[in-house]
Amino acid sequence: MSFLNLTSIQKSFGPVQVVKDFNMVIEKGEFVSFLGPSGCGKTTVLRMIAGFETPSGGTITINGKSQANLRPNQRNIGMVFQAYALFPNMNVAENVAFGLRVAGRPKAEVDQRVKEMLGLIKLDHLADRYPYQMSGGQQQRVALARALAPKPQVLLLDEPLSALDAKIRVSLREEIRMIQQQLGITTVFVTHDQEEALSISDRIVVMNAGKADQIGAPAEIYNRPATRFVASFVGTLNLIEAKVVDPASNRISIGDQGVTLREPLGNAKAGDTISLALRPEAGSIAPDAKGDTALTGEVISSNFLGSVIRTRMKVGTAVISFDMFNSPGLVPPAVGETATLRFTATDLLIIRD
Amino acid sequence: MKKFWAWGALIFGLLYFILPLVGMTNFSLKMRRGVYSLDAYAVVLGDPRFQETFTYSILMALSTIVFGVLLVVPTAYWVRLKLPGLRPYIEFITLLPLVIPAIVIVFGYIRLYNTSSWLPLTGTTTGTNILLMFGYSTLALPYMYRSVDTGLRSIDIATLTEAAQSLGAGWTTILAKIILPNVLVAVLSGAFLTFAIVIGEFTMAALLNRPAFGPYMQLLGANRAYEPAALAVMSFALTWGCLGLIQLVSRFQKGAQSPA
Repeated sequence: MSFLNLTSIQKSFGPVQVVKDFNMVIEKGEFVSFLGPSGCGKTTVLRMIAGFETPSGGTITINGKSQANLRPNQRNIGMVFQAYALFPNMNVAENVAFGLRVAGRPKAEVDQRVKEMLGLIKLDHLADRYPYQMSGGQQQRVALARALAPKPQVLLLDEPLSALDAKIRVSLREEIRMIQQQLGITTVFVTHDQEEALSISDRIVVMNAGKADQIGAPAEIYNRPATRFVASFVGTLNLIEAKVVDPASNRISIGDQGVTLREPLGNAKAGDTISLALRPEAGSIAPDAKGDTALTGEVISSNFLGSVIRTRMKVGTAVISFDMFNSPGLVPPAVGETATLRFTATDLLIIRD
Repeated sequence: MKKFWAWGALIFGLLYFILPLVGMTNFSLKMRRGVYSLDAYAVVLGDPRFQETFTYSILMALSTIVFGVLLVVPTAYWVRLKLPGLRPYIEFITLLPLVIPAIVIVFGYIRLYNTSSWLPLTGTTTGTNILLMFGYSTLALPYMYRSVDTGLRSIDIATLTEAAQSLGAGWTTILAKIILPNVLVAVLSGAFLTFAIVIGEFTMAALLNRPAFGPYMQLLGANRAYEPAALAVMSFALTWGCLGLIQLVSRFQKGAQSPA
């Protein structure tokens, strides 16, 4: 059942249109991430859901109710900000209780709910601390508890992990996902970090220049990028220019080497140039590597990256990177050596923009 | 050699400021011939006009502070939050009382709000008191606005406002529960300065013919010898007390908001 509907949402700031005809249906209890580079409009969409920005066009409904005439404090939406935004004059318990007190809940209920929320984020022992006495990770967990305490119908997270260090970021994102699943709350998460979005979302909206380029499950976004932008933004990707040889049999050439694609070439004619995408982890040069397709080229670099070794090889004019998992016995190919990269033809995707 | 001149300048400065005070305090204690005594202070404190004017000025100062807070905190907050482009104009307006003499302001008030005007505030005692309070608020505006604005600059009011709104708070709750407590030290600084200004103000109170402490000090100074000195020492102590309180609350704020 659709719960949060964004229909033809537009937003302009003066002559600049930052959100263009944005459509999205979010199910109840779903965790959706808006992923995109800075300035793509993801935070603006989030702020329109919260009521902090008024859409220039389109409608937002939550549980069938239009949000058009509701002020931010009437929407029952919880929000967590990048800068924590804990009230400096209140301690942890008072911060968490704020929304409940504003709603005029009885004291016993407020105390019970605060206790429950602090237990949820495992900070019961810090109830009397003030924000300035806590680390960034602790403050953001309190901000999460504060947003959840009044039982909002939607939870909005505006890059909540950006200000934290890498280790805390990973543990907190897992905690956020666990709490979200435990409470079953509909959540919209804004991030520019693809790993974050891929690891915790039910669905991801990849945004570019004010519109959704692709909406799908993390695996779908990663494995079947719909546009060149999605392909290049999510994960590392080889973008290879190829020439169509025989459209009927899906035959193309990369440099002077022929490849048969699984995906139909559509309207492409012989001699047309098309763009193909290949993930670095899709191929291998190991002698026992499996795959129905092979490309041979000259190794031009080999970089040790810890868990993987990234090698670049030249095939015609195209440069293709591929990753090999590091193991003690692995000898990386030497620069100048000729290597054969094997992969499955289904891993080679046509990028149609 | 460098240190010698530095110390020399410091000692000269201290003597320049402290000697007159020492002289004045010494004089205020010599009402009884040949011995030091607090007679002048006792006379001043026992004077019913002192009690009346001092109480009046304290009440006026408190009303001015309350009015100033109600006027300045929401204005400075709104300008910072929604109308940042207006900040230079608002700052200019709040600085005007520093360049327009109090006598000009009060004559303007008397012309605008006299008994034959559309709003005859000077026609009643309460009306004149209200007018005087507005006048005091105008005089204190540069200090109150700057204090509050500096306080607002130290917190992220936009995000705090949005956080409170997302939790269901309306504007009054946000101002009362979030903004005001977080700029309280700045507000108190402005309040103490306002208090010091109101207690010593002469022009407005004299021209509106109100029984304030400023005109009383002037009257006493014109007619008595030792009592004005005692009054000046008391007034000076009061002003320095206010400045000391500003320091105290500022230190309290620094302690309360030190980073983790």
